Amino acid sequence: MLRYTLSRLLSLSISLAVASLVIFLVIEILPGDPAVLMLGVNAQEDTLAALRDQLGLNGSMLTRYVDWVGGMLVGDFGTSYTYRTPVADMVGDRLWVSLPLAIYALTLSTVIAFPAGIWAASRRGSAADVGVMGITQLGVAIPNFWFAMLMVVVFAVNLRWFSAGGFPGWDEGFWVSIKALTLPAVALALPQASILARVMRSALVDTLSEDFVRTARAKGLTRSQALWRHALRNALIPVLTIIGMQFAFLLAGGIIIENVFFLPGLGRLIFQAISARDLIVVESVVMLLVFAVVMVNFMVEIAYALVDPRLRRR
Amino acid sequence: MTDLRTDSLPPSGAPVRLWGRALRSRNLVIGAMLTLTFALAALVSFAWTPFDVTGMDIANRIKPPSARNLLGTDHFGRDILSMIMVGARVSIAVAFVAVGIGLVFGVPLGLWAAARKGSLLDEVIMRANDLVFAFPSLVIAILITAIFGPSALNAIIAIGIFNIPVFARLTRSGALTLWQRDYVLAARVAGKGAARISVEHILPNVTNLLIVQGTIQFSLGILAEAGLSYVGLGVQPPTPSWGRMLAESQTMISFAPHMALFPGLAILLTVLGLNLMGDGLRDLFDPKLRGRS
Repeated sequence: MLRYTLSRLLSLSISLAVASLVIFLVIEILPGDPAVLMLGVNAQEDTLAALRDQLGLNGSMLTRYVDWVGGMLVGDFGTSYTYRTPVADMVGDRLWVSLPLAIYALTLSTVIAFPAGIWAASRRGSAADVGVMGITQLGVAIPNFWFAMLMVVVFAVNLRWFSAGGFPGWDEGFWVSIKALTLPAVALALPQASILARVMRSALVDTLSEDFVRTARAKGLTRSQALWRHALRNALIPVLTIIGMQFAFLLAGGIIIENVFFLPGLGRLIFQAISARDLIVVESVVMLLVFAVVMVNFMVEIAYALVDPRLRRR
Repeated sequence: MTDLRTDSLPPSGAPVRLWGRALRSRNLVIGAMLTLTFALAALVSFAWTPFDVTGMDIANRIKPPSARNLLGTDHFGRDILSMIMVGARVSIAVAFVAVGIGLVFGVPLGLWAAARKGSLLDEVIMRANDLVFAFPSLVIAILITAIFGPSALNAIIAIGIFNIPVFARLTRSGALTLWQRDYVLAARVAGKGAARISVEHILPNVTNLLIVQGTIQFSLGILAEAGLSYVGLGVQPPTPSWGRMLAESQTMISFAPHMALFPGLAILLTVLGLNLMGDGLRDLFDPKLRGRS
């Protein structure tokens, strides 16, 4: 197990190193001089030069890359060109919106998908199964920002249960903030829940046809006992992979939904930074997101290996 | 040795029976009908639309559906049905070419990796694939289109890049099982090289997999294009696009819901059609899987 973990850690480090190089090079070849962007096109040449020096733009590409990566390793993500505040602080602030939103959406998605998937699988071929699968087809096909707009009309404009957008901040109270995140979380959760319910159903249908389930039935368990005690546990492996992937996706995937609801989250930060050519912010936030995805995958792989020793030999 | 080629394809039913089964598949028929409707609307829009999509008619702005404008008009008085027809062109073209990019680059990479299974090359190709998956696709798409300027071409590239690893991985896994087959062994004994076997024996047998995945990536591409043009990074005005129609309708949604309803429905129905078609095709090609997912 230790050997497996170490080999996974090595491949994780290589992935992160290559990813950082790719991100750095892409940002490097982009047109536009940050100093000109900050000071405007009419700035004096010596002011520009001084600013470039201050931002560390004058060094060779190699030194800048090493500075960037070295800084990130000790938690220094550089300073935003436009806001002149440390990127780490900005990301920290935004994470307090994006992380709870991702967790909220994922919780909703799981709470909806599990019963729906289990119900459909246990009544395979029945009207319930066809109905649940039909709804998930719609859920996968609906553009989530459009669904968000429709919810705003119904629940914010007409019923006035929720506000149409914005985020009051956690200082205003827990429930106020949760309420502000509810419509965005539902919009994000709908397609995710549909995908998860389909995966849950198909994984369960597969395990229900396995020999050990037949054995369990033969020894006298009812259908539902066999499902709950034996099949469900074994069907969870693909479901957990999808949950891991969805969490990583939700952290950044809220970018359009955050725009619909004017939420000050990570997605909007990237979006604004891209529009303002604040490339140090883009660079560092994209790297953080890649890091999050790679870490989640790593944890899922380790969790599998703990559960199923056969996987360690791969 | 020439008779080796006859078993290069697994036995399959006569084409006639395949068509018969296709027509009895509810998913496939409904999906194909929805998809064809929008494809047809896009084609017709080249020759004819009820109204000129760039023509403004301020006297008739924000009108609900009527006999004159079947789906109503927008805040410039433009006919929404005409805009949806022209918007279908953009959505379909962007998603279609993005799938093409994925196939053209991904399939050869997957075939190559499978032919050299376990080698350094295979490892590099698969690790590179994993790495692309680790990048937040929407963020990168927004980055590409924002930096190189919003246009249909850049949207295609931004969506297409993320199709490459999908097809590479699928082709590799499909090809790996085929390399174990007796007819491939026979071809190797006959002295065929890896490249020739890949093209003559492996590729034809992964085509079904590719078609099914292709329809799914097509529908994801339509959703991605809608998202990009919703945030203003797809095709630029005056060319209408479904995503931007939604963005423009957003401030008027409380008193002109029809402006938001119809473009959204167009996206929903196209994506639904493609997904149903993908499910139907998978059942058709591999009846064992029917009802699994």
